[in-house]
Amino acid sequence: MADMPLLYSGTDWDFHVIQRSYDAIERIACEELGLEVYPNRIEIITAEQMLDVYTAHGMPLSYRHWSYGKRFLQHSSSYRRGYTSLAYEVVINSDPCISYLMEENTATMQALVIAHAAFGHNHFFRNNHLFRQWTDASAILGYLEFARSYVAGCEDRHGAAAVERVLDAAHALSRHGVHRHGGARSLNLKTDQKRERERRDYDEQVFDDLWRTLPVTRQAPAAGPSGERRRRLGLPEENLLYFIEKTAPRLQSWEREIIRIVRLIAQYFYPQPQAKVMNEGCATWVHNRIMTRLHETGQIDDASFLEMMHSTSNVIMQPGFEHTSGFNPYALGFAMMSDIERVCTQPTAEDRSWFPDIAGNGDPIGTLRHAWANFRDESFVLQFLSPAVMRQFRMFRLLDDTAEKTLLVDAIHDDEGYRAIRRSLAQSYDPAESDADVQVVDVDLEGDRRLMLQHRCRPGQRLAQHDAEQTLRYAAALWGYDVTLQEVDTDTEAVLATYTAKPSSS
Amino acid sequence: MDIIDRRPNPHGKNLENRQRVLARAREAVARATRQAIDQGTLREVGHDQAVTIPSDALHEPSFHTVFSTGQRQLVLNGNREFSTGDRLKRPPGGGGGQGSGDGQGSGDGEDGFRFILTRDEFLDLFFEDLQLPDLVKNQIVATEATAPMRAGISVDGNPSQIDMGRSMRQSMARRIGLRRPKTPEVLALEAEIAALEEAGLDEDAERLLFLNAELALAMRRLARVPWIDPMDLRYRRYTQVPKPVARAVMFCLMDVSGSMSETMKDLAKRFFLLLHVFLERRYKRVELVFIRHTEVAEEVDEQTFFTDPRTGGTIVSTALAELIRVQRARYPHDSWNIYAAQASDGDNSGSDTQKAVAMLEGEILPIVQHFAYIEVRSAMMIRGETDLWRGYAPLSQRLPKLAMRRVAEQKDIFPVFRDLFGRKAATP
Repeated sequence: MADMPLLYSGTDWDFHVIQRSYDAIERIACEELGLEVYPNRIEIITAEQMLDVYTAHGMPLSYRHWSYGKRFLQHSSSYRRGYTSLAYEVVINSDPCISYLMEENTATMQALVIAHAAFGHNHFFRNNHLFRQWTDASAILGYLEFARSYVAGCEDRHGAAAVERVLDAAHALSRHGVHRHGGARSLNLKTDQKRERERRDYDEQVFDDLWRTLPVTRQAPAAGPSGERRRRLGLPEENLLYFIEKTAPRLQSWEREIIRIVRLIAQYFYPQPQAKVMNEGCATWVHNRIMTRLHETGQIDDASFLEMMHSTSNVIMQPGFEHTSGFNPYALGFAMMSDIERVCTQPTAEDRSWFPDIAGNGDPIGTLRHAWANFRDESFVLQFLSPAVMRQFRMFRLLDDTAEKTLLVDAIHDDEGYRAIRRSLAQSYDPAESDADVQVVDVDLEGDRRLMLQHRCRPGQRLAQHDAEQTLRYAAALWGYDVTLQEVDTDTEAVLATYTAKPSSS
Repeated sequence: MDIIDRRPNPHGKNLENRQRVLARAREAVARATRQAIDQGTLREVGHDQAVTIPSDALHEPSFHTVFSTGQRQLVLNGNREFSTGDRLKRPPGGGGGQGSGDGQGSGDGEDGFRFILTRDEFLDLFFEDLQLPDLVKNQIVATEATAPMRAGISVDGNPSQIDMGRSMRQSMARRIGLRRPKTPEVLALEAEIAALEEAGLDEDAERLLFLNAELALAMRRLARVPWIDPMDLRYRRYTQVPKPVARAVMFCLMDVSGSMSETMKDLAKRFFLLLHVFLERRYKRVELVFIRHTEVAEEVDEQTFFTDPRTGGTIVSTALAELIRVQRARYPHDSWNIYAAQASDGDNSGSDTQKAVAMLEGEILPIVQHFAYIEVRSAMMIRGETDLWRGYAPLSQRLPKLAMRRVAEQKDIFPVFRDLFGRKAATP
């Protein structure tokens, strides 16, 4: 192959180096790997600004809340004491896709993170079905802008304390503010502003002082059986914030709007943890591939290549089980991507029996692109985790039975164990397994307005008690009346515990 | 592709959020601040103070499950020696690895939440905790150093201090009052005259005559009424206002003889520390001088001051003499604010008290801003007035600069400190 001129030499970078590197990387990414990406925007930031980016889960801007300050203090304190170093980049799932690059990076690192973030992650965001279904990349920046100014406006009108009260409560429930079914609802700045305006107009229109003067009449008896009532309210409903936003009797319209903001942002982040292994695996594989190609074509020198190898191997380091509590998503993701490439090009007899449809098909990039687009961690592991990778990681499975004094090793990386391990590992990435299943089951809007929640627990998975009580208090603060949470065993329908919270009188 | 250099953008986006954290955890932070004071050395306190608060003060709860009973399966990596059917001991702490992938980190750790306060935040919290009235902070008397300050306008002064704006306003008023013609008016007259003369028509002769008279008048006025006159000039006036000297020296005097126990020394330390922080808030630079004494006095460093035990009798006047010597050698009283705090258990050799009182009255009190005498005593002992107390008491009544208090327990320190400075506020 034709030797091409070096993109840069040494460690210093300037904007020309970044531009040249970007162009070279783009050529490989789009022509050789066939990646489809959102337009890129690369922003150079300092360490301090990186800390700012961290605090809002990598959102480029967010409304003001103390919890962001808390994260900022945590990150900056551990950074200042040298416990953690900062990420080389942060990438945002938006259109255009924003990648933040640290100014301290060397020229090689800048090239690496451009390949990693601006092409690896970007391709994943654009093509993976989870992100396509649940997030609207083109609208997020505008929506965050709206959220920020809306919350600030509420603080001016109603006081920071009142806004904080709603935000605290909504944050506590934000894990249960997600529509798990049905995909993306459009985030649109215009329609959101419009709806908020209409809401206010409606409030003004229907305001009539006359209502205040009506004598209090006896409540009509609750009509119909509770089944009818629940049907009308669309119960059971697992999106607690959505239900509260739409139904809570005592909320002001601005409070509903703030709940909606928290809910929609939670929705935006919903896919991320479900595809962490794949996302990081994809990005790491892509940057490794691109940098290797740059080296092969003579566009980076040996020193740069070694630097790249060094930082890649740092990232994909997997400590043993004694030292860590789980799999490093970079390590597992990268190993699986590389393994798929191997299966496609140099399959063994074992691969042919495990993956008859892809083994030796000679199209590793097409196969990977297909996987990136159509799977999430759980299904990806279930489909593609090969015995070779299980052996490489020396995986084994423990059975933890609280009735026993000891833990049982019930499967290891051998013929009998492969499938059991794969099933269990896939399950551990299933959000349905790890998220608490809390639903609104009933509310008597005409009676005492008590909100009934139910947690259907899987065997042995009870709610953390202290947190549950505190969270329930937040739920009561939003609902405005008593809230009861029952923990019900999925198998026996037995009620295991009941929590009740009253709204504080203030 | 766009490259945007964000580095020049404003930093500190999270300042507001940070303040909200502090406001939210105010109580916990204030408590932590007090603990930090207990542990820190005098010089360190208040400089990038790291405080640790319990994490539940900032806990963000959510519904999440924990595994309690029953069975679960965990997939781990790094198997070296296990084969199917092996049994393992449960790891201590019962965790067994958080295999279910619940990455909820924040708040679960038993670690406290540690962060660094800026000096201002720290002092705000600290003095809020003390509940010192704001008045008190202004009460520490400023020294004679002065600085010029703008004080209006005067009609005479230094040419370099002419206030152009004011002077021109005066000049314009005078010009309008005396009807000095404006340059464009004169030019217009001249132009019209020139035009008429050019035309040379007879019917314009009268007009020409009139215009020439006008022009002559205008020229005369221009010559008589100056554009700017000495009487228009206005000068910026400055007055000398007293300004606190931005540096102070604090003398810590302590009796380290055998009769001072460790708890007593600790009480003294807390008092010194409080005064030091208090002064730091007021002055840019605060120097510390540690003088310990038994029968003889010597200047030592902070470490030795608080930790190195001595035995021997007690002669207070030696310490006062040392104070005077150090002050004369290094801290001239016209350019330093001088504060002194003396801690003692009140013992003194009988004949010395008179001498000490005399030195205090004659040589020390005239040059210091404030002299605090703290008598520490252990809570167990009940004693009457000590030698030193009896000696200082009449002086203290005459001269408010000398303040004296007794402290027996740690919790007395804050009230006593407040009392010391509060009393001055009450009788200005």
